[in-house]
Amino acid sequence: MTALLSIRGLTKAYPGVVANDDVSFDIQPGEVHALLGENGAGKSTLVKMIYGLVKPDSGEMTMTGQPFAPGEPKAARAAGVAMVFQHFSLFDALNVAENIALGMAEPPAMRDLAARIREVSDQYGLPLDPWRVVGDLSAGERQRVEIIRCLLQDPKLLIMDEPTSVLTPQEVEILFETLRKLKAEGTSILYISHKLEEIRALCDEATILRLGRKVATCTPRDTTAREMAELMVGAELHVPTRDTRAPGAVRLALKDLSVPSPSQFGTALKGISFEVRAGEVLGLAGVAGNGQDELLGVLSGEIRAGAGMVVLDGTPVGATGPAIRRRMGLLTAPEERLGHAAAPDMSLTENAALTGAERRGIASAGFLNWGRARSFAREIIDRFDVRTPGTENAARSLSGGNLQKFVIGREVLQDPQVLVVNQPTWGVDAAAAATIRQAILDLATGGAAVVVISQDLDELMEVSDRFAALNEGRLSDIRPAQGLSVEEIGLMMGGSHGMEVAHV
Amino acid sequence: MLRLEKRRQPSRAFAWATPVLAVVATMIFGGLLFAALGKDPLVAIRTIFWDPLFGQHAFYYRPQLLVKGGPLILIAIGLSLGFRAGIWNIGAEGQYILGAICGAGVGLAFYPMEGWFIFPLMVIAGALGGLVWAMIPGLLKVKFGTNEILVSLMLVYVAEQLLASVSLGLLKNPQGFGFPGSRNLQQYDSAHNAELIAGTGMHWGVAAAFIAVIFAYILLTRHQLGYHIRLTGEAPRAARFAGVSPTRLVLFCLGISGACAGLAGMFEVSGPAGQVTIDFNTGYGFTAIIVAFLGRLHPVGILLAGLLMALTYIGGEIAQSGLGLPAAAIQMFQGMLLFFLLAVDVLTGYRLRLGGATKEGEAA
Repeated sequence: MTALLSIRGLTKAYPGVVANDDVSFDIQPGEVHALLGENGAGKSTLVKMIYGLVKPDSGEMTMTGQPFAPGEPKAARAAGVAMVFQHFSLFDALNVAENIALGMAEPPAMRDLAARIREVSDQYGLPLDPWRVVGDLSAGERQRVEIIRCLLQDPKLLIMDEPTSVLTPQEVEILFETLRKLKAEGTSILYISHKLEEIRALCDEATILRLGRKVATCTPRDTTAREMAELMVGAELHVPTRDTRAPGAVRLALKDLSVPSPSQFGTALKGISFEVRAGEVLGLAGVAGNGQDELLGVLSGEIRAGAGMVVLDGTPVGATGPAIRRRMGLLTAPEERLGHAAAPDMSLTENAALTGAERRGIASAGFLNWGRARSFAREIIDRFDVRTPGTENAARSLSGGNLQKFVIGREVLQDPQVLVVNQPTWGVDAAAAATIRQAILDLATGGAAVVVISQDLDELMEVSDRFAALNEGRLSDIRPAQGLSVEEIGLMMGGSHGMEVAHV
Repeated sequence: MLRLEKRRQPSRAFAWATPVLAVVATMIFGGLLFAALGKDPLVAIRTIFWDPLFGQHAFYYRPQLLVKGGPLILIAIGLSLGFRAGIWNIGAEGQYILGAICGAGVGLAFYPMEGWFIFPLMVIAGALGGLVWAMIPGLLKVKFGTNEILVSLMLVYVAEQLLASVSLGLLKNPQGFGFPGSRNLQQYDSAHNAELIAGTGMHWGVAAAFIAVIFAYILLTRHQLGYHIRLTGEAPRAARFAGVSPTRLVLFCLGISGACAGLAGMFEVSGPAGQVTIDFNTGYGFTAIIVAFLGRLHPVGILLAGLLMALTYIGGEIAQSGLGLPAAAIQMFQGMLLFFLLAVDVLTGYRLRLGGATKEGEAA
């Protein structure tokens, strides 16, 4: 049988880094092929070469036996390759049909296009109203727009980059139904992810990349998630451990917290209440955009609420600013590293002073002691293994994972009473993620109360004592994390958000 | 083909080299401009940059360097704090006028009484006048979200009308034979901002400018407030996260720049200018914006840039009278300086690359 897409010896180097080094594999017709690897393993570069966004330095591809070297995405699309990107490129103010028409070279009349959209969406079990405005759609529905946009091209190969990162478990199941249907019709799918259980459930073959090289292939159904993870990392995985002990007094309490979002497209928080005790980790799940940023803002002091809505060690702090809360021991680490947790063009020393000024004695009587800031930055770099030439380098020059280690380390090393982190290991490699999670657990063991907000359910299950989910600015019931099933978690996150499974 | 490639870190060397490059480019293209006007470019450039310092009549022009540079530096230092934080006070000219009116007004209110306390009161009144004028765009911004650029700029024209009004009315010299303009403060000892050292041009306003340079330098490098100003300019969200109150920062930056401009106006009216007249303001408030950027918003840079700008003013006047160059050509010459500075500024953040080697993004 001729492979649909055959890749031979693809190599692509950037100044200072080889993104792909002699990568070869085949995708058969009707196969769901997984591309596995950590951040920076070269998955995105490889896919960009297939989609014509990047030109390989050497190596070749063939499509059903014919040489295939797309010079631009248009050529790749003409050859039958379609791609759903991780970040959607949709206009909120336009409706579904208009958004799809925008991506077409010669869009048909709007009414014909709408009919085609209906037809395709019925055929693949992706119900979608062409006239709805995209701004009103959920993340799962937006993804459908992108998928339908691809399906209208009648692709032979569909590339999906981390498609489930914005979905609840129920929505993932619906997506998988659609993908299986496509597969049954003979469409091949190249599926990029680092969520191993999903790959085991969906994929026929897996190619594993590490540092730009293909290190292994496997059949996901017959391989355990742990084995795949170790192939990805190239080492034995260190699983964070902790000593459990009875939780202490209530450190942080939210009482019927309701605030509007400061931004127009944000999510208002509605009636959120919880308590976190000393020595306890509360995990908060939720699909992006369900109020996580706002919750962190309310806890850091960037968004002011009623004084009594946030209570720290018995003191109402809901209306006080960030500096005072830090002094009292409530530390936070926002999701966005560059521009929020750190100033991109400032040095690591200056960024260490950003939150460390109060608790590390860097500021006294308004004057800053840069020597102390520098030694604090040095300490973070050493303790959290931040790879950087020195403390005077700009935050922007660090890789995402290293900057994340710096930002988390900065808060952890300030010895907080309460720590709130949003997406602590986003974009961080597995070894560094384990370090960060261990630091969070050690903090709890030491008597701090910790709130972890994350979209990574595996991470939450690993670190949390109790678990809840944010859904449209509301908090679900809080349940003990142990023994919680994926099904239950999915329902807490809002289930399938009213999306339906294919009826065909 | 030439391409621009973003640097991983802004180049420190280029941050300092670009003003020099800009001055050199201005000299070259200014020379071409003068040549096109039929003047010898080398003579014109020498007249502007050399003669005021080392020419035949340098003894007369050298003090002018401080007299003209002082207000520019004082205003630019105030503006630079706001510019660093992304708060754009474009109306320093108006605050300068208000400082002069208030300072002179307090002085004239005591005329002809003599007393040591009169001048200090005038200083305070001048600073307050500028501060209050700058608080108008400040309060409108924090209360109603108006754009401080537009409001502060438009208030310049209001201030000019006010200046005309008091010159013809409230502050008009009763013994002035009906001519517009106030009494001459140079002839009123208690209110006269005289030269501190005769023949140097050094007066209290120049001293204030030097103090402002030192104050701003310490504020920006050592003090938390200065750190917060820089942080707000670089990453506003990070600044809020650090605990900076945007409202307070807007009011502080506009207030301090207004007070500096007001002081400059007050020292000018009580010293070199001497009296409140309809055409008292000569554009220091606008030129100071150029000075602030030419000096890279850095206090020491502003000090040097202010002196350079004063030099082109003085040299320009000599070139006008001596070589017959039109005033517009001199203004164009000064404008070129800012233009080239902004143009070569791109080299700080980017590097020039020859050829078409591709680099679409980071390896992922």
